[in-house]
Amino acid sequence: MLAASCEPSHGRPLFGPAGGEAASAAPEPTDFEVPPPPFTEGAFPCSDCHDPEIEVNTTRRSMRAAHQEIVLRHDEGNRWCLDCHSAEDRDRLHLAGGEKIEFSESYRLCGQCHGDKYRDWRAGVHGRRTGSWDGKKRYLQCVHCHNAHSPHFEPIQPLPPPARPEEIGR
Amino acid sequence: MSGSVLSRREFLCALAGCAAAAAGACSDFTHTPFFRERFKELSGEDVARILADLEREHTAAYGKDVHVGAEPARAGVEFGYALDISRCVGCRRCVYACVDENNQSRDPQVHWIRVLEMEKERGIDFAGANAYYDAEAVPRPGHFYLPVACQQCENPSCVKSCPVGATWKEPDGIVVIDYDWCIGCRCCMSACPYGARHFNWSDPLIPSDELNPEMHYLGNRPRPKGVVEKCTFCIQRVRKGLYPACVEVCPVGARKFGDLRDPSSEVRYILENKRVFVLKNELNTRPRFFYFYGL
Repeated sequence: MLAASCEPSHGRPLFGPAGGEAASAAPEPTDFEVPPPPFTEGAFPCSDCHDPEIEVNTTRRSMRAAHQEIVLRHDEGNRWCLDCHSAEDRDRLHLAGGEKIEFSESYRLCGQCHGDKYRDWRAGVHGRRTGSWDGKKRYLQCVHCHNAHSPHFEPIQPLPPPARPEEIGR
Repeated sequence: MSGSVLSRREFLCALAGCAAAAAGACSDFTHTPFFRERFKELSGEDVARILADLEREHTAAYGKDVHVGAEPARAGVEFGYALDISRCVGCRRCVYACVDENNQSRDPQVHWIRVLEMEKERGIDFAGANAYYDAEAVPRPGHFYLPVACQQCENPSCVKSCPVGATWKEPDGIVVIDYDWCIGCRCCMSACPYGARHFNWSDPLIPSDELNPEMHYLGNRPRPKGVVEKCTFCIQRVRKGLYPACVEVCPVGARKFGDLRDPSSEVRYILENKRVFVLKNELNTRPRFFYFYGL
């Protein structure tokens, strides 16, 4: 059973005013540049290994022959590889409605469940933007910061604390 | 000259006994920091000469090509900042990016940004906040983080407290300091309710290889001993259209910056769609630095 929060939006357009009032407040992502997704070295194109001629085993199972390094911590009770990776076109992803998309558009896939984050991301409020506040911007995709298979942001080491007043000028 | 008030320059010029001498000879020393007019009253020519002097001075002192600009505020722009405290992890990347960008003294240490660690259970509690936390990894369980720097108030108490007018609010909302006009009395530091102003107790030390050579007169040029300094929203960057250094470095994208008068800016979206608050609202300082919950 699918988690209630992940109800897919069957066939409804993911872009534009159809997303609701708040979505129309967010400007369209036109004047910013999104860098290509960060692939693991040698992982893409997938069809290098996943020969399109071979029939795909669509049974949900754990990986033994390859991809053992991938630990799914992303609603793992309810989903597995082929919920996001297309079984028909191994080099692409697919949305819940069946539409196949490129890896460079993976934010649309994320946006199916995380609509509020998607809306904020398009408005420039979720995620990091660099460049100009009044012009060209560079924006990161979801997968630049979140591992798609384990998206929780990992804790990081802080830089050193400031000197205490009594330590300054000694 | 009858009926007009003697300007500072004319007065000092007369004192020096060169009133009768050619005006050109006089201005040779009246543009030096001690004799010149206040920054806002300087002619374009005088500003250019002061900037050239500063460039020469810093280039010689640090052994690298320095550019000191004085880009004015852009008409119709008012800067605002928003920080998502539901995302900040307290990693202090912003603190050190700010030090590098703004040529803060490494010794004695000056940090314009202070990240406060607070307990989730107690909520925002300045008295119980810890700025000196150290950990293997952040965020520490049960804690949240609140970075504080200059709030660029619309009604700034620091400006009111300055006895010599060395600090003022620019048309784009940035509160600036003329380091050559500051007398180091530190009234502004006691007036600021956010602890955002810092004093140079001794000559600042900035390693030459770490000096940022792109400078602004009212921003990141190296400060002399005995003056006050603070965050300027990276005036040398934002007046050229760039994001401040802390916005660019933040690994979680918690820092947002833009033009409050532009309805399509990120800060406006936040003000219109998120739960926003300012620090010490009851003091009526009206900060242009907003905190919000992005979640």
